[in-house]
Amino acid sequence: MTTEDSIVALVQDAIRTREPLLVQGNGTKAGMLRPVQAARTVSTSGLSGINLYAPKELIISAASGTPLPVIENAMAEAGQHLIAEPPDLSDLLGASGKPQTLGGVTATNLSGPRRVAWGAMRDHVMGIRAVTGRAEVIRSGGRVLKNVTGLDLCKLFTGSHGTLGIITEITLKVLPAPEATGTLILPGLDAVVAVQALSAALGSPFGVSGAAWLPPEAVARVPGLAGINGSATLIRIEEFAPSVVYRIGRLKDQLAASNAITLDTPASLAVWKDIRDARPLAAAPEDAVWRVSTRPSSGPGVLEAVRSAGVAGFLDWGGGLAWLAGPADTATHAAVEAAARAAGGVWMLVRAPDTLRATVRVVPDEAAPLARITRGVKAAMDPAGILNPGRLYAGL
Amino acid sequence: MIRQPDPKPDVMARRDSIVAGLRALLPETGLIAEPLRLKPYETDGLSAYRQVPLAVALPETTEQVAAVLRFCHQNGVRVVPRGAGTSLSGGALPMEDAVVVGMMRMNQVLDINYPDRCAVVQAGVTNIGITNAVSADGFFYAPDPSSQLACMIGGNVNMNSGGAHCLKYGVTANNLLGLKIVTIDGEIIDIGGAHLDAAGYDWLGLLTGSEGMLAIVTEITVRILRSPEGARAMLAAFSSNEIAGGAVDAIISSGIIPVALEFMDRPAIHACEAFAHAGYPLDAEAMLIIEVEGSVEEQDRLLAQLSEICQKFDPISLKISQSPEESAAIWKGRKGAFGAVGRISPDYLCMDGTIPTSQLPLVLRRIQEMSDSYGLKVANIFHAGDGNLHPLIMFDANNEASFHAAEDFGADILKLCVEVGGCLTGEHGVGIEKRDLMPVQFHAHELQQQRALKSAFDPDWLLNPSKVFPLLEPEAVELPQAA
Ligand SMILES: Cc1cc2nc3c(=O)[nH]c(=O)nc-3n(C[C@H](O)[C@H](O)[C@H](O)COP(=O)(O)OP(=O)(O)OC[C@H]3O[C@@H](n4cnc5c(N)ncnc54)[C@H](O)[C@@H]3O)c2cc1C
Repeated sequence: MTTEDSIVALVQDAIRTREPLLVQGNGTKAGMLRPVQAARTVSTSGLSGINLYAPKELIISAASGTPLPVIENAMAEAGQHLIAEPPDLSDLLGASGKPQTLGGVTATNLSGPRRVAWGAMRDHVMGIRAVTGRAEVIRSGGRVLKNVTGLDLCKLFTGSHGTLGIITEITLKVLPAPEATGTLILPGLDAVVAVQALSAALGSPFGVSGAAWLPPEAVARVPGLAGINGSATLIRIEEFAPSVVYRIGRLKDQLAASNAITLDTPASLAVWKDIRDARPLAAAPEDAVWRVSTRPSSGPGVLEAVRSAGVAGFLDWGGGLAWLAGPADTATHAAVEAAARAAGGVWMLVRAPDTLRATVRVVPDEAAPLARITRGVKAAMDPAGILNPGRLYAGL
Repeated sequence: MIRQPDPKPDVMARRDSIVAGLRALLPETGLIAEPLRLKPYETDGLSAYRQVPLAVALPETTEQVAAVLRFCHQNGVRVVPRGAGTSLSGGALPMEDAVVVGMMRMNQVLDINYPDRCAVVQAGVTNIGITNAVSADGFFYAPDPSSQLACMIGGNVNMNSGGAHCLKYGVTANNLLGLKIVTIDGEIIDIGGAHLDAAGYDWLGLLTGSEGMLAIVTEITVRILRSPEGARAMLAAFSSNEIAGGAVDAIISSGIIPVALEFMDRPAIHACEAFAHAGYPLDAEAMLIIEVEGSVEEQDRLLAQLSEICQKFDPISLKISQSPEESAAIWKGRKGAFGAVGRISPDYLCMDGTIPTSQLPLVLRRIQEMSDSYGLKVANIFHAGDGNLHPLIMFDANNEASFHAAEDFGADILKLCVEVGGCLTGEHGVGIEKRDLMPVQFHAHELQQQRALKSAFDPDWLLNPSKVFPLLEPEAVELPQAA
C-alpha cells in the first residue's frame, strides 16, 4: 500500500467480503503475541517519509511505514532523540532483513530502558491518523505538545497491535539528545540487593534514566562489559557533560560503591543499546521469550520463581521489567504466568512457536467486566472484526 | 449560550423515590437533596453557568460508589461526577435531573511506597495533598496545576491536567500507573497497578482526560518522584512578543529543556506585579520565567547559558533569582495570575488553546486585534515550552452583552488556535464550554467514533452526558445563565 486511500479501499473490500486482514509494517514483529489467521496482508511499508519535523517545537510527524532508522537519523542530525528509546528486536524475533517501522513500534508500544524515567512510546504520541475497521480515516491529537481535546485515541491506538485501526501517521514529542551519557556499574550484587541499589538510585535527585541488573551469564553476552566477572548493576545518567560527572560521583558516594566501575559516553551508548535490544538475554533459538512487568521490588522474586522451570533472564526498569527466556512449552508458560501474577504484574509472550502462542494467554486475560468493555471498544472501532483478529486475545 | 438536554420527565416525576433509594445506600449524611444545600454544587470554575442538580451523593467507599451507580443505572438517572469543582470548562456542571457524585469524602492516602516510587490515593485527595504526604521524605507528585491547593486527583485524572512544570515532568497521563474505576452498571475494575505498561488496550490512557464520561475513578496509583537538589528561576524581559518568542525558540534549540518556561505579556505582567510584588519589569512587553533544577553548580551553569542566549535578544532586563525567597516571589506572581487578573476585572474567562510555538507572535497579534474589535481587555499567559496559551478575557458579568462578547472572543481565539495547527484545549478540557466548537477541530465521523467509544462504557449515556460532544438531541434546551 502506498497511499492511505488504497488502505481505505482494501479495508472496504475486506468488510464486504468479511475476510480478515493481517496488519503490519515491515513484519518484524509478526512473531509477537498470537498468530493471526488472515486471508490478506495490509502493509504500511509503502507509506513512508517524514511529513513534518520542527526541532524547535519538539515535534516530528511521519508516515507509519517510515523505517525507524530514517527517523532516528534525522533526529540525530538535529541533536534530538526518541524519548522512549524503542528497542530493535529484529534479531530476537528473527530478522526479516528489513528495518522496523515507526508504526510497528507505536502499535506495539515498545519502549526501552529510558521508559523508567521518561515514559513509554504511548506517553509521547501527540497525534495519530488511522484507518479504522469501519474504513474511515480518523485523527486524534495533533501536532502540539499539550492537547486534551476529546478522548485520547492516540493512547488507545498505541499498543493496540493493529487490532483497532491501521495507523497511517504518527506525531511524536521529541527531546534534545543528551550531551553525554555515563554509567555507574556495581559489580557482584545479587538481584535483591541490586534492585535495592537501583531503587535508591532512581529515588535519588540525580535523574537516573536507566537502571538494569544483569546476572553473570547476561553480562557475558554484552561486549561492552567484558572484564566484569559476576553480575552487573547498571545505573545511567544522561545529561550535560559536567552533570554526568557530578551525578555519577554523587551516586557512587551515596551507594557506597567503592568497587564501582564507570563507563564513558561511547561505552555507555553501546551497553545501553544492547540492553535496550535485549541482547543480554540468553535465548536459545528454540526458546520462548517473555517480558514481565511488575513493581520494581518484585522483579527479583519473578526471576527466582521461574528459575526451577528453566527460565532465566535479566532486569531492566529498576527491576520492574524482567526479560525472560526458557523452554517453549505450556508448562513453562504457566510458570511465567504464575510468577507474574504472584508479583501483581503482567506478562507478554514476545516470542514462541506458533503452536504455543496460539494456545496460551499471550497477555493476561481481563476481568469479565473489563473484557466486556474491550469487546465493546473493538466492536466500535472494527465492527466486522477484520483487523488482526486474535492477535491479543483468542476470539477478539 | 450553552444548551442542556431536557430533563427526563420520568426521573423528575420520581424525584422523591430516587432520593429515598439513594439515601438508603449511603451513610447518614451522605445524600443531599435540600435545595439550599444543593446550591454549592450548582456550578464549578466556569461560574457563568449554573444548574442545581436533583441530588448530591457523597460516598465514602468504592462500594458505595458502585451501589449509587448501579441504582442510577437501574433507574435511568444521569450522573455527574465531581471532584473539587474547579473545572474551568464546566465539566462538573450538573443537569437538572442528574445526581452529582461528589468524591470529597474519599480523601485518604492509602499507601506510599518509596522503593517502588508510587502512592495509592483516593480520588478526593487534593493534588497538593499527595505532595504533602511525601514531601517530608523528599518526594513529590509532579503535575502541579495552579489550582493544586483545591483540585482533586480524581478531577486531575479526568481532565488530564497539566501544570507549570509539565514541560519536563509531563501531564497527569504521564504520571499515573493504575486506577480503580466503577462503571455505570456498578462494576469495580482495576486498571494497571504498580507496574509500568499494562498489557492489553491502554485503558489508563483512554480514561485519563475522559471528563467523567466513561467511569467514576475512586482510587489512583500515581508515580512519585524524588525532588531535585534545588531549583532556581530567572526572569527575562523583552521589548516585544516576537522577540520573546525568538528567545524561546533559541532556548529549546540549545538543547536545554528548562523545567518551566512561562511567558507573560504586558497586561499579565502588570496585573501580576500589582498582586504579587515580585519585581516584574513593568516596562517590558513580554517576560519569560525560566526555571532550572539541579545542584547549585548545575543551576549556575544552566542559568549562565540561558542568560547568554537571552542576551542575544536585547533583553530589557535579566534577573537571576538569588535566593529561594526570590524564586518563590517570581512564582507567586505566575501562580496567582488568575487571582491577579480577578482583581482588575472580577469577571474573566480563562481560555486554554494550544498552538505550535512558532505561531506565538502571529497569534498574540491576532488576539490583540480581536481585543480591540470586541472592546474587551485580555491578558496572555503561556506555557511557552509546550505551546499552551491562556488568554484571560476580562468582561462585566452584569452586562449580558459584555458576557456574550467575551464568549465570542474566546471562541474566536480557539478557532484561531486550530487554524494555525493547534487545538481547542491543552489542559482544561472541553466540558460544556468548548463542546460546540468540537466540529472546528474534528470531522463529524471522528466525533461519532469517539461517541461510540463512550457508548462502549456507558451505553445509555448516563455518565456526564452533554459534555465534550455537541448535543445530538434536537430537543436540547437553553440553560439559564447566572448574573
Ligand atoms: C484558579 C484555577 C487555576 C487552574 N489552573 C490549572 C492549571 O494550571 N492546569 C490545569 O490543567 N487546570 C487548571 N485548572 C482547572 C482545574 O483545576 C482542573 O481541571 C482540575 O483537574 C479539576 O479538578 P477538580 O477536582 O476540581 O474536578 P472537577 O472540576 O470537580 O471535575 C472535573 C471533571 O472531572 C470529572 N470528575 C471529577 N472527579 C471525578 C472522578 N473521581 N471520577 C470521574 N470523573 C470525575 C467531572 O465530572 C468533570 O468533568 C485551574 C482552575 C482554577 C479555578
